[in-house]
Amino acid sequence: MALGVDFIEVRGTRLAYRRGGAGPALLYLHGTDGLAEWPEMLDELALGCDVVAPDHPGFGATPIPSTIDDISDMAYFYLDAIAALGLDRIHVVGHSLGGWIALEMAVRSTARFASLTLIASAGIHVKGVAKTDIFLIDPEEQAVLSYADPRRGEAAAQRASAEKYQETAIANRIASARLGWQPRFFNPRLERWLHRVDRPTLVLWGEEDRIIPPAYGAAFARLIPGARLTMVPRAGHLPHVERPDLVIPSIQRFIADAAP
Amino acid sequence: MKVMCFHLMPYADLDLSVRDKYRSVWLVLPNSHFDPEKGATLYNRYLDELELCAELGFDGICVNEHHQNAYGLMPSPVVMASALARRTKDCRIAILGNAFCLREHPLTLAEEHAMIDVMTRGRLISGFVRGVGSEYFSLGANPVFSLERHQEACELVVRAWSEPGPFAFEGKHYHFEYVNLWPRPYQKPHPPIWCPSMGSLETIEWAAHPDRKYVYLQNFSPTESVARYLNLYREVAERRYGYRAASDRIGWCAPIYVADSDEQAVREARPHIEALFNVFLPKLSELMFFPPGYMSAASLKQVLIHKRGHRGGARIEDLIARGIFICGSPDTVRRRIAEAHNLMGFQEFIAMLQFGTLPGDLTERNIRRFAAEVIPAIRPLTDRDYRGFELARAGA
Repeated sequence: MALGVDFIEVRGTRLAYRRGGAGPALLYLHGTDGLAEWPEMLDELALGCDVVAPDHPGFGATPIPSTIDDISDMAYFYLDAIAALGLDRIHVVGHSLGGWIALEMAVRSTARFASLTLIASAGIHVKGVAKTDIFLIDPEEQAVLSYADPRRGEAAAQRASAEKYQETAIANRIASARLGWQPRFFNPRLERWLHRVDRPTLVLWGEEDRIIPPAYGAAFARLIPGARLTMVPRAGHLPHVERPDLVIPSIQRFIADAAP
Repeated sequence: MKVMCFHLMPYADLDLSVRDKYRSVWLVLPNSHFDPEKGATLYNRYLDELELCAELGFDGICVNEHHQNAYGLMPSPVVMASALARRTKDCRIAILGNAFCLREHPLTLAEEHAMIDVMTRGRLISGFVRGVGSEYFSLGANPVFSLERHQEACELVVRAWSEPGPFAFEGKHYHFEYVNLWPRPYQKPHPPIWCPSMGSLETIEWAAHPDRKYVYLQNFSPTESVARYLNLYREVAERRYGYRAASDRIGWCAPIYVADSDEQAVREARPHIEALFNVFLPKLSELMFFPPGYMSAASLKQVLIHKRGHRGGARIEDLIARGIFICGSPDTVRRRIAEAHNLMGFQEFIAMLQFGTLPGDLTERNIRRFAAEVIPAIRPLTDRDYRGFELARAGA
């Protein structure tokens, strides 16, 4: 299933996104590396869903407007964007930074949400449990740390090495810093509002995640009412890339159960 | 030209073997490697060295700001400038510089600078910097907003120094209901403002603006880079703003070592200058000094490509050949500076006479020699000795 590229004007910003498939709407919100490495999981999910995968403002092919300075602005932007796209009863799937954006949207309004799937999500801080500071390491090292399987990590590091001076890779890092520099990839006030996430929530986490340790998955499962935590064995920070055999059916079953 | 002495105040007693144990002496080197007893000796020695420069007739003495590292021990240059204020009489005291934009409230620094300016009856030079990239890790400021915050903080500080208060400052990053500095600075409308930089187009365009005409100071870099950026200031002034930049608006800062002969100078300086470049400067990651957003994506791409591989292994011969380090007999040093002046026409020269692990005895000899045998020869250099700036010769 190939997803086509399209654009939509959202309050003056030309949002780039890919879309394909038929069925209930599924919004995929990417992590700090953007969509340059396409998650093949989305092709699979498009067999049963209308998958929409945007480049966040500042990432990939979407410019950053002067109206987005932080994660709060980004959340309001995306609430406008899903309205502009006419999406409703959406199954929102967010990875890492994208999970954080999804949560910031959800605590503001879940009116258009059907369910929420968080994969190795950022957004909160667990005291005493350090995340990897991705800004202090080279992209190669980040790639190695992102996988449980060292061979896959090494291959990803070689790709990162070839791409790190490319404009998209640099722009993605700048956009990530804009949202997540201080404090690193969390909003101290998000946690106190997580009770407002009133949609079925699935939390997926790689058992060997070295970027955001699994303790964060447990914390989300505790803080979001009714959330279910699924740990993915032999997976790092990209369980949907490293173990699609486990993650795809898990999301498909969850979406089927959560269908409104 | 005016000649000043700059001190970085490194932790010269650093056990250099840490280079093999830690990835950088910035940010991640445990401060258990700092011995306060040794630190006390170093601080007092370094202040003595700057006071000696003042006694020997330098036009100024300079300090700066860096955080969480062994490279420069002045997280607050204001403290050092204050210590020097009462121990010196005539020479300028230059803070090159302070990163106002790293602070949540830049007026705390503006107040401190105003105090020093009043105490010294107007001897302060105030340097506006953004801080190096590593500082954005140390202090948690977001590098993406660095340039915006820097420019806004500077506007705030200049207005606070020069406009009658109280007034409200209404910016994007800084909004204060009450701006009303007590004391106001001694100099009118405010202390001279300098912009020390490693060469950023954004900084040059901003500093050269006709409303500012701030002094642009290029820090130790190869001659070709120094020439490129100093000429860029003149070029931006002329091409973009339509005025001819005065030579007293540009300066160059370089490490210097003077001894009896070239051979002796190289022999004595070698371990200390190589320590500066191979132990004190190398960074954990190239991204540590150029964090995302610190400069535009286009500039960052250029810098990352050019800086590739600069992780130590510097040799003194190469540093001298590239013009990063001026080292030799008094005659060699005089000639090098005069040649550079002929090429670039700077009217402010800042000599860094202690560097890396250079010990007290060699530093003192270096200072005395430079004062006695170099300054008298370079101070008389004026625009008449400068080959002149030709817009046509400057880059597009």
